[in-house]
Amino acid sequence: MPDLFSKFDPLIEQREALLESGLTDPFNLVMERVESPTVAICNGRRTILLGTYNYMGMTFDPDVVAAGKKALDEFGSGTTGSRVLNGTYAGHKAVEQVLKDFYAMDHAMVFSTGYQANLGIISTMAGKDDYIILDIDSHASIYDGCALGNAQIVPFRHNDVEALDKRLKRLPPDAGKLVVLEGVYSMLGDVAPLQEMIAVSKAAGAMVLVDEAHSMGFIGEHGRGVAEAQGVIDDVDFIIGTFSKSVGTVGGFCVSNHPKFEILRLVCRPYVFTASLPPSVVATAATSIRKLMDSADKRAHLWENSKRLHAGLRQLGFTLGTDEPQSAIIAVIMPDLETGAAMWEALLDEGLYVNLARPPATPAGMTLLRCSLCALHSEDQVGEILGMFAAAGRATGCIS
Amino acid sequence: MPDRQEIYAKTVELIAPYNKRGVAITEATRFAQDLEWDSLTVLDFVANVEDEFDVIITMNMQAEIETVGQLVDALQRLTAARA
Repeated sequence: MPDLFSKFDPLIEQREALLESGLTDPFNLVMERVESPTVAICNGRRTILLGTYNYMGMTFDPDVVAAGKKALDEFGSGTTGSRVLNGTYAGHKAVEQVLKDFYAMDHAMVFSTGYQANLGIISTMAGKDDYIILDIDSHASIYDGCALGNAQIVPFRHNDVEALDKRLKRLPPDAGKLVVLEGVYSMLGDVAPLQEMIAVSKAAGAMVLVDEAHSMGFIGEHGRGVAEAQGVIDDVDFIIGTFSKSVGTVGGFCVSNHPKFEILRLVCRPYVFTASLPPSVVATAATSIRKLMDSADKRAHLWENSKRLHAGLRQLGFTLGTDEPQSAIIAVIMPDLETGAAMWEALLDEGLYVNLARPPATPAGMTLLRCSLCALHSEDQVGEILGMFAAAGRATGCIS
Repeated sequence: MPDRQEIYAKTVELIAPYNKRGVAITEATRFAQDLEWDSLTVLDFVANVEDEFDVIITMNMQAEIETVGQLVDALQRLTAARA
């Protein structure tokens, strides 16, 4: 009898080989206690968190936590239902209103996760004879949205405006087209040239979706993302976002100005056929997003942290994913998975948590130590972090 | 519009830089099994083919193409459709 697990044998062997060398499993870390957005206890040890996407540090905000507790008391632990049946509470409408205010857009639709927001909007918007034109380095949720639908899929080279333009021009002029872009690409932390890309997309008659998961709350004057920062947010048809990064809880959303947007609530399967978010989650999200509107000081401090870590790591001799800091993500490029895993463990021993990222999630087969900064990392913590990278880098031979 | 022989010759030429193992290319050569290309190599190669012939080979089409011969057939159809 064929074992359906046989297809995973190469991965099982690679993992076993890595763990046999005595390394801690980088994909099995447990946070035993979490003290704040920047500190947790891992393996009994106080650990600075530098890989959480908790960009604005909202997870322990007293107002956010209080709103969650109040909703838990007043509305219970869960909705036990779909948004289109019994799963829409006052809190779900309230958080959608906050999103409309935050983005200054007409419509907002909240999904149970950011993954489902991409899955739902992309698979529903592009039908069989339509085209989805997407950046090769797009997030898994975007590719899965393509796979769930039945549109024609056309990838183009990462952040390459000319490659996008050429492909758009080769498509039938009267075909429906959805261009899918991200503001910040989460592996290397690089930003897309949205201004140019949206201009060529609009010239070709395409609608544009931008995933701003890694820029919300931080990039742009009002924290609306890279499209705002580059002055093109009014030309974006759909912005996809998440509550699981700057907002500090879980959930996903799409905002849009399209007059027919609301029909999606009835036709978008990943919205309809799943339970809605618990009342406490939407209450914390709404409170957090309201506070993110007036967080200019925190945004400025986060930029300072990002610049300082980027410059410090370069000075130590590490190879980074971008020449200058473009977001709150700083990716340290490792020569191979073994060295990356050793460096990851050495950092953990020093008391620092970063993400170990490897193919197929990473572009070009790279192994990365991905650092994501928080607005609540203090100057002292950034200094401590650089000291830990210096020690771990020398211990593993990554730097001299 | 290029004929099949021209398309084949050009395709073989575009394969060369990615033919690291020096496999002898025929119509029956399979991209995944014989050339052992990973998904990134495929993406690069397809982009070059698209630019050379000024066509689009969607991921949906790519899923149906296993051999060099099948790619040449697809390119013949695509260039004919454009002309």
